[in-house]
Amino acid sequence: MTEKRSFTLDQQEIPFQPGDSILQAAQRAGVYVPHLCFHPDFSANGSCRLCVVSIAGKTVAACHYPARSGLQVTMNNSRLQQQRLRLLQLLFAEGNHFCPSCEVSGSCQLQALAYDLGMTHYHYDPFYPQRPRDGSHPDFFIDTDRCIFCDLCGRAGTEQDHKPVYRLGGRGEQTRLLIYSASGKLGDSRAAADDKAAHVCPVGCILPREGHYRDPIGERVYDASPIHWVGNRRRDQHAAPAADSAGDPSHD
Amino acid sequence: MTEPRVKVATCSLAGCFGCHMSFLDMDEAIVPLIQRIEFDRSPLTDIKQIGRCDIGLVEGGLCNTENREVLHQFRAHCNILVAVGACAINGGVPAMRNHYPLAECLAESYLNGVNVVNPQIPRDAELPPLLEQVIPIGQEVRVDYFLPGCPPPAAAFMEIVSAVLEQREPQLEYQQRRFD
Ligand code: SF4
Ligand code: SF4
Ligand code: SF4
Ligand code: FES
Repeated sequence: MTEKRSFTLDQQEIPFQPGDSILQAAQRAGVYVPHLCFHPDFSANGSCRLCVVSIAGKTVAACHYPARSGLQVTMNNSRLQQQRLRLLQLLFAEGNHFCPSCEVSGSCQLQALAYDLGMTHYHYDPFYPQRPRDGSHPDFFIDTDRCIFCDLCGRAGTEQDHKPVYRLGGRGEQTRLLIYSASGKLGDSRAAADDKAAHVCPVGCILPREGHYRDPIGERVYDASPIHWVGNRRRDQHAAPAADSAGDPSHD
Repeated sequence: MTEPRVKVATCSLAGCFGCHMSFLDMDEAIVPLIQRIEFDRSPLTDIKQIGRCDIGLVEGGLCNTENREVLHQFRAHCNILVAVGACAINGGVPAMRNHYPLAECLAESYLNGVNVVNPQIPRDAELPPLLEQVIPIGQEVRVDYFLPGCPPPAAAFMEIVSAVLEQREPQLEYQQRRFD
């Protein structure tokens, strides 16, 4: 008899495969764990901490924690939800997020998680940092005001496109998105229109130049339903069937 | 005997009046509501001095010294102060000027801008001096509730006022929590 591999997530039994993290197993089972810096196609980064879960009283990141038989994992209690809310509020406060004029508003994962957690304000005073923009590339515009330093673009570049274009530099509050080119400009880099790296940004930092403000309000990705139903989608995946939420492989 | 009415004051600081428009957008729902509330200082009444109020709805952040003064008057006179809309909550679109020094913004608008004639930076005792940065109202005074949105939907206004009338905590549904 083979041993049954499963753990429980908020009392629900989740089967897993060897090597799975808690988040990977949950996602395969169609259970949504809040996350921003995780994407099933790339290695885990563990930077956003939105995926916090509690195991035997310890708070860990579900995208990094290996699934093991018999684990009892808590994902949704008021303490963890409050921690997620504060993390989101910090992300908003340390960038410049002017949602009313943002191209991806309504289809943004950061915003969608904030909606889902009932965030109404920042709690922290906004930093209003000075961050650069880059309009040097014919296909993309970079607005680093909205970067949340998830490094999805960096990992997609190394692990899938096999060329470095985007990377993070600096530490703490001074962390910045950097472009791998002599001038530091995207126009001088090897960035191309169909790079995976240019299409994984969960927010509105790496922006295609065309096609914005076309989805009417009410029909954008997260207008009608919360992210824990819809899953982590971007606008270019909006046409994909939304039938089953987190178990649908067409989104991350 | 008529029910006691809740006193409501509203103001627009560094805002565009869009939030006030959205408040009025509750259409006929405003008819029963108006039986139960009474407006004090508000652009809707033109009363200039605020009296003792139950609710203060503040649209817009602070961009000049007069905004600051009005906000403190609201805080001092209102039992419940509500930050209404993105501008009041995080500075909103006006805070996009925080990227630039104030002198640079003024120079761009009044000295070096396209089509500027007779370039000069306005200076008049009637004009309140601008603050170096646009700041959210929560950075200046204690705020009791936040209505996100640009503007918040009419239903969100309805909910906050109803909650105060019914002496309960406001509950914003998913559709009423918008940042745009
Ligand atoms: S990236 Fe998202 S959270 Fe940031 S301004 Fe745009 S819509 Fe708002
Ligand atoms: S540009 Fe986008 S994908 Fe890259 S680190 Fe910033 S938020 Fe993440
Ligand atoms: S939040 Fe939007 S609608 Fe309200 S004052 Fe600011 S810009 Fe105008
Ligand atoms: S998804 Fe786990 S830390 Fe970001």
